[in-house]
Amino acid sequence: MSAQFWSIALRDIKISWQGGSTSAMVVAFFIIVVTLFPLGVGPEQNMLARIAVGIIWVAALLSCLLSLDRIFQADYEDGTLDQYTISPLSLELIVISKALAHWVTTSVPLIIITPFLGVLMNMDDRAFLPIIYAMTIGTPALSLIGTIGASLTVSLRRGGVLLSLLILPLYVPVLIFGVMAVDSMVMGTGGSAAFLFLGAFTLFSLAITPWASAAAVRLALD
Amino acid sequence: MKKTQTFSVVNLTVNRGDRLVFRDLEFKIKPGTLLKLIGPNGSGKSTLLKTLSGLIEATSGDITSDESSVLGDHEWISGHICYLGHKNALKREFTVFENIEFWARLWNNPDRIASVMEKMGISHLSDTPVRYLSSGQARRTALARSMCHAANIWLFDEPTVGLDDQGLKLLSIAMQHHLDGGGMIICATHVDLGIHSEDMNILNLADYSVSASQYMEKW
Repeated sequence: MSAQFWSIALRDIKISWQGGSTSAMVVAFFIIVVTLFPLGVGPEQNMLARIAVGIIWVAALLSCLLSLDRIFQADYEDGTLDQYTISPLSLELIVISKALAHWVTTSVPLIIITPFLGVLMNMDDRAFLPIIYAMTIGTPALSLIGTIGASLTVSLRRGGVLLSLLILPLYVPVLIFGVMAVDSMVMGTGGSAAFLFLGAFTLFSLAITPWASAAAVRLALD
Repeated sequence: MKKTQTFSVVNLTVNRGDRLVFRDLEFKIKPGTLLKLIGPNGSGKSTLLKTLSGLIEATSGDITSDESSVLGDHEWISGHICYLGHKNALKREFTVFENIEFWARLWNNPDRIASVMEKMGISHLSDTPVRYLSSGQARRTALARSMCHAANIWLFDEPTVGLDDQGLKLLSIAMQHHLDGGGMIICATHVDLGIHSEDMNILNLADYSVSASQYMEKW
């Protein structure tokens, strides 16, 4: 069973690589959004350093959102989702497997590029490691929650905007605790509480979202 | 896995939205027989096949195998039913072999790949990406993929769409072979499948559809 779980995740990752490399586009979007801020608020170094962590998190949220519709769209259109629904693997596990593939193709490249953007934003030296930890812990929740929006809007022709409206409010806890975790590490006021909250939120999404998304997929196929 | 002896539908009624598609449908099939679904467009052939494979919920009625209900039983369905709808469920990015291999592994039958490809006459296309296939070749690939499933019951929705004469003949041979081995097939089609007539029953869904006048009476 676990071999089947990995094979579905691997298949989605391969498709993402071969079909015009989504990862590269998401990373490009991430870089552009972050670089827009110095242009907008002015190149004052102290100001940039203060907002750097928040900006990087917001940009990561938006970049993640950008590729959510791909999670189920292609599978829905070519009939693969029908076959998944009646396959020996439960649809809930398939949702987790597809969320994993989305995380690997979207969030992992973002995490890798984050230190460079930190330099660009004059981020505090002490924030580099914490932000990588925080993103590693927090971004799986983004992909998992995203599957709910992706599955609810899969049968709509132009579900992109609705998807953003549905999902962005649910991303707020990740943003709040993600920024809080990094900031408190920089200030030296601990920060483990915020990290734990971030981890708890990811685990909570792992426990809840597969059921919700699988139900939405079944509804979409009906 | 124990082979199913009978597969039957009792008083099955299915709605799509507000519309009643068919009502009180009943049939029973035995091993080695094919049930051919006919009926005008919109009479619910695809809906019936999707309901049998659990993709659409039945409004009322029951689906039974060997006298026990299997309605909504995901584990039974995934082990005993192989469904192929209008869509081929092939990934354009991968080759014919990779597409078949993925599902064969998911269904735990990787040793069948070579033989099903030969059965449908697509062995020479093994390394061709699916995006270069004609619609008939893609349909053959989807059919070959379905035959990797160890399921006893095949549910095919218009399997012959896009197939040429040779493809139809290969499909007919494969279907007859499945029937001779004690399998069951339910197939929506308007084409002569070339199955021995003693192995074939015909179900006309028009007999169960709700006519416009009856539909109006409801209101």
